[in-house]
Amino acid sequence: MDTQGGVLQALARQARFLTTALRRLAAGARIFQLGHRMGDPMQETEFVTMPDSGAGYPVLRVRNLKTYFDTDRGLVKSVDGVSFDIAPGETLAVVGESGSGKSVTSLSIMALLDKAHGKVVDGVMAFRSKDGRTQDLRVASEAEMRKIRGNDISMIFQEPMTSLNPVFTVGDQIAESVVLHQKLSRPAARKAAIDMLKVVGISAAEKRVDDYPHQMSGGMRQRVMVAMALSCRPTLLIADEPTTALDVTIQAQILDLMKRLQREIGMSILFITHDLGVVAEVAERVAVMYGGLIVEEGDVVSVLTRPKHPYTIGLLNSVPGARRRSGEEEGPKRLYAIPGNVPDPRNRPAGCLFAARCTHAIDACRAEMPPLLDTGGGQAARCIRWQEVAS
Amino acid sequence: MSTAGDAAMVGPDADKPLLSIRNLKTHFAIGGGLLRPKGGAVRAVDDVSFDISRGEVVGLVGESGSGKTTIGRSILRLVKPTGGEVVFDGVDVAALTAAEFQPYRRRMQFIFQDPYASLDPRKSVGAIIGEALSIHRLGTRAERPGRITHLLEQVGLGADAMARYPHEFSGGQRQRIGIARALAVDPEFIVADEPVSALDVSVQAQIVNLIQDLQTSLGLTMLFVAHDLAVVEHLCDRVIVMYLGRIMEIAPKAALYSRPRHPYTKALLSAIPRVDPTIRKERILLEGDIPSPINPPSGCVFRTRCPYAIDACADVVPPRVTVGENHVSACIRTELT
Ligand SMILES: Nc1ncnc2c1ncn2[C@@H]1O[C@H](COP(=O)(O)OP(=O)(O)O)[C@@H](O)[C@H]1O
Ligand SMILES: Nc1ncnc2c1ncn2[C@@H]1O[C@H](COP(=O)(O)OP(=O)(O)O)[C@@H](O)[C@H]1O
Ligand code: SF4
Ligand code: SF4
Ligand SMILES: [Mg+2]
Ligand SMILES: [Mg+2]
Repeated sequence: MDTQGGVLQALARQARFLTTALRRLAAGARIFQLGHRMGDPMQETEFVTMPDSGAGYPVLRVRNLKTYFDTDRGLVKSVDGVSFDIAPGETLAVVGESGSGKSVTSLSIMALLDKAHGKVVDGVMAFRSKDGRTQDLRVASEAEMRKIRGNDISMIFQEPMTSLNPVFTVGDQIAESVVLHQKLSRPAARKAAIDMLKVVGISAAEKRVDDYPHQMSGGMRQRVMVAMALSCRPTLLIADEPTTALDVTIQAQILDLMKRLQREIGMSILFITHDLGVVAEVAERVAVMYGGLIVEEGDVVSVLTRPKHPYTIGLLNSVPGARRRSGEEEGPKRLYAIPGNVPDPRNRPAGCLFAARCTHAIDACRAEMPPLLDTGGGQAARCIRWQEVAS
Repeated sequence: MSTAGDAAMVGPDADKPLLSIRNLKTHFAIGGGLLRPKGGAVRAVDDVSFDISRGEVVGLVGESGSGKTTIGRSILRLVKPTGGEVVFDGVDVAALTAAEFQPYRRRMQFIFQDPYASLDPRKSVGAIIGEALSIHRLGTRAERPGRITHLLEQVGLGADAMARYPHEFSGGQRQRIGIARALAVDPEFIVADEPVSALDVSVQAQIVNLIQDLQTSLGLTMLFVAHDLAVVEHLCDRVIVMYLGRIMEIAPKAALYSRPRHPYTKALLSAIPRVDPTIRKERILLEGDIPSPINPPSGCVFRTRCPYAIDACADVVPPRVTVGENHVSACIRTELT
């Protein structure tokens, strides 16, 4: 693997980056003038929780993100107006069923969309990098994005095999990512790779460093991915269903590892999952997605124990064992099942996207899209009847 | 060893279980390739014995690679067992010729995890279900459309599904088609292999309810394979916990979830993320991965990851110890738990 070339490339990138950085600064500053309107329960909230961390503002602030795909069968509005903040050191879980737009949200942030068909058509993604500069990832150049992806934001996916190169040893691949950030000699890089494997809890690291990805188990490969993703000590880690393909025992190991390294590095995590149990395990705050929109948001305990949106309530009730938690001795004879199906992303109804499946729906719900309403305590729900629903 | 403990394994209707598995072994020979020693075998299922009573729903759980699917496939003869008995309704079906087994093919059906892979994409739903009926010569040609319509209704699909093709359906609807096809031939026993594992939670709830309703109304006996212990708790009467080809624990549902006895079961249950963030429970974090079934650890196969392991655990395969009513655990240190 040509590690020296990598270093030169990185330096060149840095030089080009500096010239554009100043230009971007002004745009970044403007973004943070967005106000915080809260209080009136029928007033749309601009965002739900402004983290009150001493560091000032969030690492990532996404506003009104819209990402559409042009397909043979029509326009797919995969993400259709998503807003959220991630505070320094915080884990935000984005939870939702398949097709709700979780992965497209993360790929939009990383500028890794399939550009032939997909495009961010609206919104702002204000990201604050390590050096304190803020820029809108939507308008960042490809060169700037490469630098950000190598230094500030890392990503891990459900299936590590797709991001590991099958023809290089894991040691070579970790070494390459280490060399990109710390200018090391080859032997030193190999040593660093072994150390990284140890940090992520791979036993016999001196031997494993020469393994090819296929020689490792799924859990070990995910550890290698975590090692590579964290080698640059990123500010933000985007983890897209990183444990979905793993057994619960291995999932517990990986979640434990991620939490430990988060404490050490102090990074924020955008954790994408469809598993509400994993949300409870890893996140401080959670955003529930449905049909390309956030339908509920708040701190984990509030949302999972006092959900306000009928979809969140339905999802929680669908989890086996859910109703016994709420005090019933025996579990229910039948699971609660949300009636109907997710609306076709090419042909979404007017008004509330959940109306066709919602037992609380009234005509007003179908008239126009409900705004995300502040329900108090840093929680918000995209439901005009949340007060009736919750009572 | 399993003969000694077998009496403890028998289900509630002890006189006549519908299914009795005895010392089942299914090993897969691995060819003398470049990297693997010639003559080795994957010991996917190693000396497994259990019973299932009529009308009972038994869950089969364990990490991937523990042999769950292979047990299901061995029972239905989708794979040939290396040894042991599969006694179905009094007959060891593992010992039958293909022709003798034919009637049992109707009585035992399989529901797959990925219904898409198991449904012929070129055939309409009506043709797929019709084929199951004609293979087993059920009903006349004239009766079949009515029967198919009825089956589709039973699984919550409209009669218009008949003329459509598998790709036109969502994952949950395809699973309904797979269930309709399995039910078409009036089976008594069903192996459901992770039928809801690939589905989103709201769809999963619909399919779990469907399986439960059909099981009750048709009086089906079922082996429900899953790695999701919460679904198993909801659906099953009894649970079998597997690890590396062997049974670790068998218990009625209530006992297993309230007081698991085997160290592996304890670790497995403790690893499930709970939806309620206010519950903070003790987690037993297992180290490492499940070992290779080509060369499993001697004695207790769980010993390389067991927090309670002692030297003696390497010596003998732990016999089953009765720890409660219909409750057995294969651990030599049961007194600890
Ligand atoms: N490359 C693509 N081309 C067309 N449609 C896409 C593409 N990627 C995603 N989509 C569509 O966007 C929607 C959201 O997808 P995704 O973000 O992957 O969902 P999730 O990750 O929540 O399961 C889905 O309807 C999906 O079909
Ligand atoms: N046809 C086969 N040939 C070789 N090995 C197999 C075959 N089928 C399964 N195995 C192996 O047998 C073990 C048990 O597999 P399986 O029964 O699928 O486990 P589970 O369903 O519990 O995940 C695994 O190690 C698997 O790789
Ligand atoms: S806005 Fe209306 S239809 Fe939508 S979730 Fe609320 S009550 Fe249901
Ligand atoms: S026999 Fe030994 S290794 Fe096996 S489960 Fe019991 S204590 Fe653990
Ligand atoms: Mg996704
Ligand atoms: Mg399986």
